[in-house]
Amino acid sequence: MTRIHDMGGRFGDGPVPREADESKVFSTDWHARALALTVAAGALGKWNIDASRHGRERLPPADYAHYSYYEKWIAGLAKMLVEHGIASAEEITAGRSLAGAPDELTARCLAGERVVPVMKSGGPSARASDAAPSFAIGAQVRVRPIAGNETVDGGHTRLPAYVAGRTGTVVLHHGAHVFPDSNAHFHGEAPQHLYTVAFVASELWQHAESPDDEMRLDLWESYLVPA
Amino acid sequence: MPHDHHDDNPHSLLPSEPALRVKALETILTEKGLVDPAALDAIIDLYSHEIGPQIGAGIVAKAWTDDAFRAALLADADQAISALGHGGRQGEHVVVVENTPETHNLVVCTLCSCYPWPLLGIPPGWYKSDSYRARAVREPRAVLAEFGVTLGEGTKVRVWDSTAEIRYLVLPMRPEGSGGMDEATLAGIVTRDSMIGTGLPAAAGAAT
Repeated sequence: MTRIHDMGGRFGDGPVPREADESKVFSTDWHARALALTVAAGALGKWNIDASRHGRERLPPADYAHYSYYEKWIAGLAKMLVEHGIASAEEITAGRSLAGAPDELTARCLAGERVVPVMKSGGPSARASDAAPSFAIGAQVRVRPIAGNETVDGGHTRLPAYVAGRTGTVVLHHGAHVFPDSNAHFHGEAPQHLYTVAFVASELWQHAESPDDEMRLDLWESYLVPA
Repeated sequence: MPHDHHDDNPHSLLPSEPALRVKALETILTEKGLVDPAALDAIIDLYSHEIGPQIGAGIVAKAWTDDAFRAALLADADQAISALGHGGRQGEHVVVVENTPETHNLVVCTLCSCYPWPLLGIPPGWYKSDSYRARAVREPRAVLAEFGVTLGEGTKVRVWDSTAEIRYLVLPMRPEGSGGMDEATLAGIVTRDSMIGTGLPAAAGAAT
């Protein structure tokens, strides 16, 4: 069973909300600050992007559902800071530091002048792999029937529930990429081959708008079996 | 040891006002010497002024006017984009998908909000909304209609759900009547939404 963030196909959300001025990158200052703080804290290297995502996904469903986007980021960051021993619950409550950080951590502080090169270089997830891909372009594949992490109960996965158990066609092969289901839990990068799989709408939805429409997802090899 | 709810949910210890929650975390990290406020300003400045949809628009306009570049972009976007000096965080692996009279592409991230930052900047609010994430895969045509996009007869919708670290950029069709425009003028009619798939380029006649 996946978590509240896995909302593809869900009913009841109503029209897509639009903002009056969509040219604004950040609609308020604290949105910008929340994004920047999350990026800067991530640069400390105590967690990876998959763990960070899982931190947000693990928020209580009631909070996840009513929080705005950047409120989820703040809540996820608070969780990461406490879980990784960077800040204590007492410090979160006080809103200030009550103890110094170790030198090896302060040495990793992202300096202002390093922002542009760090953001420009990014963090590629492609990895070299000696393993031969199991599926060729054009192969028919079936997705595992349960959209859950195979080793960690309630763990991070990139397998959305709406394609679990469904059959599709491999249309792209991206080589091997870091496997988030492992990496999010610090069990290693465990790279696997990554494919784009195409599903016809009628395979996924009881009342597809148009049966020939197609949904394409990027799925790791262990999510798939030959169809 | 009794289970402490707050250990699992430290966000519940923060003030109720979101701006104050951010401020509390920023203060803690700054006082510890773990965050440089100048870095926060630099990140905000980068995505407010330097990196945004104008970069993607330039790439689309170049693809519209340079067939060799267009072919290279569709074959290996990372190489073609990097050769122009673009790329980076949240756009390390890019695939460009081309709209045709037969196929209209639409990009979503149902699990979170994955988006090609180096090409389009920070995603707009609607892209990150529950409604878009939930509905774009199940009823893309209804979502497109809300954005004012009606597809021609015989055009199939292809939705790309960005579930991995591959980021998708839509190469929209060049509008009719834009034949006389140069690359820079064309870039001006490429809207952000047209590169996500929820819009079309501005009408050629609307360009200034």
